[in-house]
Amino acid sequence: MEMSWISIGALSDIPRRGARCVDTPQGKIAVFRTAEDQVYAIDDHCPHKGGPLSQGIVHGAAVTCPLHNWVISLETGWALGVDEGAVRTIPVKREGERLFLALEALSTRAA
Amino acid sequence: MSEKLVIIGNGMAPGRMLEHLLEKAPDRYQVTIFNAEPRVNYDRIMLSPVLSGEKAYEEIIIHGDGWYIKHGITLYKGHRIVAIDRAAKTVTSDHGVTESYDKLVIATGSVPFIIPVPGNNLPGVLTYRDLDDVRAMMLAAQSRAKAVVIGGGLLGLEAAAGLNAQGMDVTVLHVMPTLMERQLDPAAGYLLQRAVEERGIKVITKANTQAITGNGKVEQVELADGTVIPATLVVMAVGIRPNAALAKEAGIAVNRGIVVDAGMRSNDPDIYALGECAEVGGMVYGLVAPLYEMARVAAAQLAGDEAAAFVHSDTPTKLKVTGIDLFSLGDFADGEDRQEIVLRDAAAGVYKRLVLKDDRIIGTVLYGETADGAWFNDLKKKQTDISAMRETLIFGQSYQGGAPLDPMAAVAALPDDAEICGCNGVCKGKITGAIRGAGLTSLDAVRAHTKASASCGSCTGLVEKLMVLTIGDKYNPAAVQPMCACTSLGHDEVRRLIKAKRLKTIPAVMQELEWKTSCGCAKCRPALNYYLVCDWPDEYADDYQSRFINERVHANIQKDGTYSVVPRMWGGVTSAGELRAIADVVDKFEIPMVKVTGGQRIDMLGIRKEDLPAVWADLGRAGFVSGHAYAKGLRTVKTCVGSDWCRFGTQDSTGLGIRIEKFMWGSWTPAKVKMAVSGCPRNCAEATCKDVGVICVDSGYEIHFAGAAGLDIKGTEVLGLVKTEDEALEHIVALVQMYREQARYLERIYKWAKRVGIEEVKRQIMEDGEKRCAYFDRFVLSQKFAQVDPWSERVSGKDKHEFRPMASVGFAEAAE
Ligand code: SRM
Ligand SMILES: Cc1cc2nc3c(=O)[nH]c(=O)nc-3n(C[C@H](O)[C@H](O)[C@H](O)COP(=O)(O)OP(=O)(O)OC[C@H]3O[C@@H](n4cnc5c(N)ncnc54)[C@H](O)[C@@H]3O)c2cc1C
Ligand code: SF4
Ligand code: FES
Repeated sequence: MEMSWISIGALSDIPRRGARCVDTPQGKIAVFRTAEDQVYAIDDHCPHKGGPLSQGIVHGAAVTCPLHNWVISLETGWALGVDEGAVRTIPVKREGERLFLALEALSTRAA
Repeated sequence: MSEKLVIIGNGMAPGRMLEHLLEKAPDRYQVTIFNAEPRVNYDRIMLSPVLSGEKAYEEIIIHGDGWYIKHGITLYKGHRIVAIDRAAKTVTSDHGVTESYDKLVIATGSVPFIIPVPGNNLPGVLTYRDLDDVRAMMLAAQSRAKAVVIGGGLLGLEAAAGLNAQGMDVTVLHVMPTLMERQLDPAAGYLLQRAVEERGIKVITKANTQAITGNGKVEQVELADGTVIPATLVVMAVGIRPNAALAKEAGIAVNRGIVVDAGMRSNDPDIYALGECAEVGGMVYGLVAPLYEMARVAAAQLAGDEAAAFVHSDTPTKLKVTGIDLFSLGDFADGEDRQEIVLRDAAAGVYKRLVLKDDRIIGTVLYGETADGAWFNDLKKKQTDISAMRETLIFGQSYQGGAPLDPMAAVAALPDDAEICGCNGVCKGKITGAIRGAGLTSLDAVRAHTKASASCGSCTGLVEKLMVLTIGDKYNPAAVQPMCACTSLGHDEVRRLIKAKRLKTIPAVMQELEWKTSCGCAKCRPALNYYLVCDWPDEYADDYQSRFINERVHANIQKDGTYSVVPRMWGGVTSAGELRAIADVVDKFEIPMVKVTGGQRIDMLGIRKEDLPAVWADLGRAGFVSGHAYAKGLRTVKTCVGSDWCRFGTQDSTGLGIRIEKFMWGSWTPAKVKMAVSGCPRNCAEATCKDVGVICVDSGYEIHFAGAAGLDIKGTEVLGLVKTEDEALEHIVALVQMYREQARYLERIYKWAKRVGIEEVKRQIMEDGEKRCAYFDRFVLSQKFAQVDPWSERVSGKDKHEFRPMASVGFAEAAE
C-alpha cells in the first residue's frame, strides 16, 4: 500500500509541552509536541471515557487526561500505570518545520 | 554444662541484656524468665501511640514468641515471683513453679505511685504502666465520657493526648504551677500548656487533689480549693517507685532501689539487678537510655568481663505527642555562676534556652524547634568551650561559620560521634557506618542493625536524613510525603527551598532540587507553577502548559469535552441588562443548559470550545468578567440582602461582599476559596461553612474562617471581631495571603489551618498588626499582576491557538 502524507502545519503551531487538534472525517486527532520537540499524533479520545487528550498536561512523552487523570503514552497509545486501555497512534513525519500525518491511516478508517 | 540464669521481670532492660548476652556468650547459660505480665517483651515506650490509636500492640513487640524458642529460653508468662531463697538459690512463682539458679537477675521495673487520697481504689481509677492499663483506658474511652489525668509530667500528658485522640473530654490536674517542671523551665512549660490546650485538653495547674468520689465507681474528682470535676475515668500518672520489695524481703540491700555496684551486682554476688528497680551510683533511672547502658554492663559481666562498668550520662527528654516538639537536657536551674542565652519567637511559638557555666553548656531547653537538640547535646557532652560562637550559638548549628545551611546540610555537618538516638545511645557514625557497611535501604533495617529510632522514635527524622545523606535517593523518607514521584521532597520543603534558594522558574526548581524526571508530571507542575506565582508575583511568568485545562482556557471542562461558562455576578447581585445579555448569548450559541449555581450566579453549560472566545466577547460587552469557577483562586462571595433591605440586617452585607470580591478576584490560591457575608447572625448567606465568612453584628464584623461544606463538613472558626468594613477587608486579605504563602497546593483553608493551628492564625492576623499589614501589602502587590480579566485577554487574541483546530484534513482526500 502506498503511504501518502498530508501536511497539517508547522511545528511552531503547537506550543511545547502542548497539543493541537486536527479535524478529520473520523473525529479529532491530537498532535502533541514535547519539551524536546518530538511530535506524536493520537486520537483525541481517551480510552477511559473519551476525554479530550489534547487538553491534558503533557509531561515527558505522555499526557495526563483532563477528565480523570489517566496517563497515556504518546509513543504507544497505551495507558501507563495500573490503568488498561489504548488509543490509536497515527504516524507523523517532520520535514524541517513542516508536519505531516500518514493519510492511509485516515482514509482506511473513513472508507 | 551450662549455668542456670534466671531473670525476674521481662521488661525492656533484661530484654536488651539478653540480646547482648546471646551475642557475647551464646551457650553459656540456660535462661529462664518469669514475667508477671502475661506477655513477651514489648516496647513500653510506645504504649502512648497504642493508646492514641496510631499503633497496634503487635507493632511494638520487641521479642515475639519465636525469639524465645529460637534461643532456647523458657519464658513463664503471667508468673510473679513471690520469693527468692538465697540459701537454696531458688525462686518461686505465684503459680508454684520453683526454679534454681546459678545467677539471678532482678529486673522488676517500677510501680506507679498512687496518691493517698480517699477513693483512690474506686473502680475507674487506673495507672499508666502496661498494656493492661492501656486496654482499660481504651475501653473506658469508648463511652466518650470525661477523663481526669492526675499528673502533668511526661506520662500524664501522653495519657491525656491519647485519651483525647480516643474522643474523651480530658482534664489534666497538675500540682505544680507549670507542666513538666522537672524537664522544662516555666517559659517552655507555658508554651507546652498552650499547645496541650489547643488540642482541647483542659489543664488545671496548682491542683491539689483531695478526694476521688462516686457511688461504687468514679464519678468526680475534688480539689482542695473546692473545685469538683466530673469524671468516669481517673488516670494517675504522678510518678514511679522502683519495684524493690521482693529483693528487700530476700535480704538484699535496698535503698531507693536495689543497690548495685558499677557492675550491676547487688550485695549478693550471684544476684544482679538492672532497669528501673536498680540504684547505681546513688541514682535511679526512669528513661531507657541509662537502662540500656545497665543492660550492656550486666551482659558483659555475665559473659565474664569483670571490667565492664556503668557510666552515668544525662538523657534528653522528649514528649511523644504528635505535633508537640520539645527537648530538654541537663541542668537548667538559674544560678549566680550561670549565664543563659534565650531565643523567643512568639509568632512561631519557638522558645530556646541554653544554660552555660564557664562557657560550657550545662542545660538545654528547646520548644517548638528541636532540630538542634543533638548538636547541643554533643557540645554539652564534650564540654566544648562555646565562647567563640556565643553570638550565634542559639540559632543552631546551621548558623555557625557563615551562611545558613539547609537542614540536610546541618545534619551532614554533625560530627560522627554526635548522638542521634538518645534512647539507645547511637551516634551518627554508627548509623552511617551500618547503612554503608550492610547496604541498608530501609528504616526498619537501620533500626534492626543499630537500634537507632527503635525505641521512642523521636529521632526518626534525623535518622532518615542520615539515610538520605548516605545513600541518596535510594531512600525515600516516609515522614514527608513527597509531592509526587518526580521528587523525594514534600510540598513544605519545596516551598521553603524555592524561597531560600530564590528559585524563579520551573526548570530552575527542577534543576536545583534534583527532580527525577525531565519535565515533571501533572501533579508537581501545577503545584510548582502556583508556588512560583505566589512567591514572585512581579517576576515569575505563569507557565501556561503547567495549568490544568480549566485554568488554561478559563472555563470548566465537561464530561463530553464541552465547556461551561460562569461569569461573575458580584456578591450575587445582577440586573435586567445582565440577564438579557445572558439570554442573548444562550440563544445565539444554542447553549443547551442554563443553571443557577450554588454560588449565587449563572452557569451556561455545554459550550463548544471553539465558541468560547465569541461567547466571552458578547458577555464582555455586557460588562461581565470571568467568574473563575474553574480556578484555584477566589470563586464566589455569597451575600445576603443585609441592612439595605432586610429588617434584621445590621450592616451592608451585600456591599461588603461585593467589595471583597472586587478587591480579591483574580488572585491565585493553593485551592479554591469561597466566601460569604451575612447581614446578621441568622446567617442567610451561610457564611459559617465557607473558607472565609463574615457575620455582621451591631458592633461590627465577626470574621470566620476554615469552614468546609464539600467533601468534609465543618463549621468555621472565629478569627475575631473588628469594628469597621475597612478593618474587615484588611483582616480577610491578610488571612488569605498568609494561606497563599503557607498552604500546600490543593489544600483548602480548613486543612491548612488545622495543620498550622487556629491559634497561630489568630495570633498572626488578629494580634500582630505588623504581620497583618505585611501580608496585606504583599497581597496588594500580587494583585497588580493578577487582576486581569482572562476572558477579555483571550477575546483580544491571547492563546488563540487553544480555540482553533490546527488543520482540517482528510475530508476531500477521503472522498476521492
Ligand atoms: C456549578 C456548581 C454546581 C451547581 O450547579 O450549583 C459546581 C460544579 C462543580 N463543582 Fe462544586 N459546584 C458548585 C458549588 C459548590 C459548592 C457550594 C458553594 O460554593 O456554595 C460546594 C461546597 C462548598 C465547598 O467548596 O467546600 C462545592 C464543592 C465542590 C467540591 C468539593 C471541594 C472540597 O474541597 O471539599 C468539588 C471537587 C474539587 O474541587 O476538587 C467541586 C467541583 C466541582 C466541579 C468543578 C467538578 C469538576 O471538577 O468538573 C463542577 C464543575 C461544573 C461546571 O463545569 O460548572 N465542587 N461546589 C456550583 C458552582 C458554584 C459557583 O458559582 O462557582
Ligand atoms: C507510657 C510510658 C511511656 C514511656 N515513655 C518513655 C520515653 O519516651 N522514653 C524513655 O526513655 N522511657 C519511657 N518510659 C519508661 C520506660 O518504658 C521504662 O524506663 C522501661 O520500660 C523500664 O524497663 P525495665 O525493664 O526496668 O522495667 P519494665 O519494662 O517495667 O519491666 C518490668 C517487668 O517486670 C515484671 N515484674 C515485676 N515484678 C515481678 C515479679 N515479682 N515477678 C515477675 N515479674 C515481675 C513486670 O510485670 C514488668 O513486665 C515510658 C514508660 C511508660 C509506662
Ligand atoms: S456535586 Fe458538584 S462535582 Fe458532583 S456532580 Fe454535582 S456538580 Fe459535579
Ligand atoms: S476519560 Fe480520560 S481519564 Fe477518564
